[in-house]
Amino acid sequence: MAKRSDKIMIRVSSINKSFGKNQVLHDIDLTVYEGEVVVIIGPSGSGKSTLLRCINFLEISERGQIYFEEELIVHKENAINKMRQSVGMVFQHFYLFPHMTVLENIIEGPIQVKRIKKQEVVVFAEELLDKVGLLDKKDFYPAMLSGGQKQRVAIARALAMRPKVIMFDEPTSALDPELVGDVLNVMKQLARDGMTMVVVTHEMGFAREVADRVIFMDEGKIVEEGNPESFFLNPENPRVKDFLGCII
Amino acid sequence: MSYDFSIIFEKFPIFIPAAIETLKIAAAAILVGVVFGLIIAFGRLSKIKVIYYISTFYVTIIRGTPIILQLFIVYFGLANIVRLDPYPSAIIAFGAHNAAYIAEIFRGSILSIDKGQMEAARSVGMSNFLAMRRVILPQAFKRAVPNLGNQFIIAIKDSSLASTIAVRELLLKSQQLGSSNFRFMEYLVLAGIYYLIITGVLSFFVNKLERRLAVNER
Repeated sequence: MAKRSDKIMIRVSSINKSFGKNQVLHDIDLTVYEGEVVVIIGPSGSGKSTLLRCINFLEISERGQIYFEEELIVHKENAINKMRQSVGMVFQHFYLFPHMTVLENIIEGPIQVKRIKKQEVVVFAEELLDKVGLLDKKDFYPAMLSGGQKQRVAIARALAMRPKVIMFDEPTSALDPELVGDVLNVMKQLARDGMTMVVVTHEMGFAREVADRVIFMDEGKIVEEGNPESFFLNPENPRVKDFLGCII
Repeated sequence: MSYDFSIIFEKFPIFIPAAIETLKIAAAAILVGVVFGLIIAFGRLSKIKVIYYISTFYVTIIRGTPIILQLFIVYFGLANIVRLDPYPSAIIAFGAHNAAYIAEIFRGSILSIDKGQMEAARSVGMSNFLAMRRVILPQAFKRAVPNLGNQFIIAIKDSSLASTIAVRELLLKSQQLGSSNFRFMEYLVLAGIYYLIITGVLSFFVNKLERRLAVNER
């Protein structure tokens, strides 16, 4: 298990977010330390994904601040783009670029955004593909891959930017059950390697095994948080008990 | 006087210069249409209100009025300000006309790309411009091909309207030859054959391109 450092990677300070009249986040505070794996669980519509999306400005939160490595991220294109280079994102529906091969998907960011030389990026991309077990698929187009393979490519694409944090937004929710394991294994390996991760998921097994901290959200609020042992064995909040009761 | 379609074969070669005129006008109109169409499409997608309204106004005006009226406005209507020759008048009018339609084709194909593609591109730190150029537009162009091909075929046929302002293209040629010996039908059919050849060749290549681009589709 990755050990927790004192360095703060992400700090979310009392953010709110509404879609029309529907307020999905209420004064959320969250701090993520370097090397920590934070798993966010909770019922659908509780604001988990919105919280992730607010952190990298795919949604713009109202009030409140986002800090990356203790630096306030202002709502300006340059600041946001720079922060995003260090905060990878893996989506439920992968969103691989369909007009590019697997390898091209992975090298696109480093070459276009970081302006790193192609030869250099390709070597690293092949290492990453090897790590996620898909080196033999490097010249395939996304359409030729299974969902689980696509998601592992998406993880490699995020890693290619050498991010300091990776956020996963329900990475296994769109997968056939038998493909979930391969993706989770890659994520577990990442956690062991010390990557700072924020994971929104319904995979309780993963949360229990890998998380340093589990956060339970409901109706746009963080209802309970703690280490996985106490969280799963002795949840305090009745809402959490209900939820875990339903699942386990 | 009975029809004599044998003159179609006989006179086939003398239509070649007129066919080249038709091709030149249509090609120029398409080129102008694609370049300005893309710009107007971005205007229609712009979050900046003024730009959005101007481009929407433009598309509404062009789509809501006949192409021949647009041609006459450029050639006859503007004559008080600038006297344009028939040839540039046709290219300006048809180019402006096609730009509006092509703008809508591009706009539609850009909007058809999953929002997640933009988000994924932005998530690796790409600027909006870079994400457009590297991720959205290549996919959007691909989806635009069938509709663009269709619009190009329309542009070729619409170029026949230039005959009304004395551009020596296929239709005018057939009218002129027809009135010289009253074999209108034969020469009109001959012009028709030329249009069919041009549009046929174009659709052949559009289909081929479509199939080639479809290879990596899901």
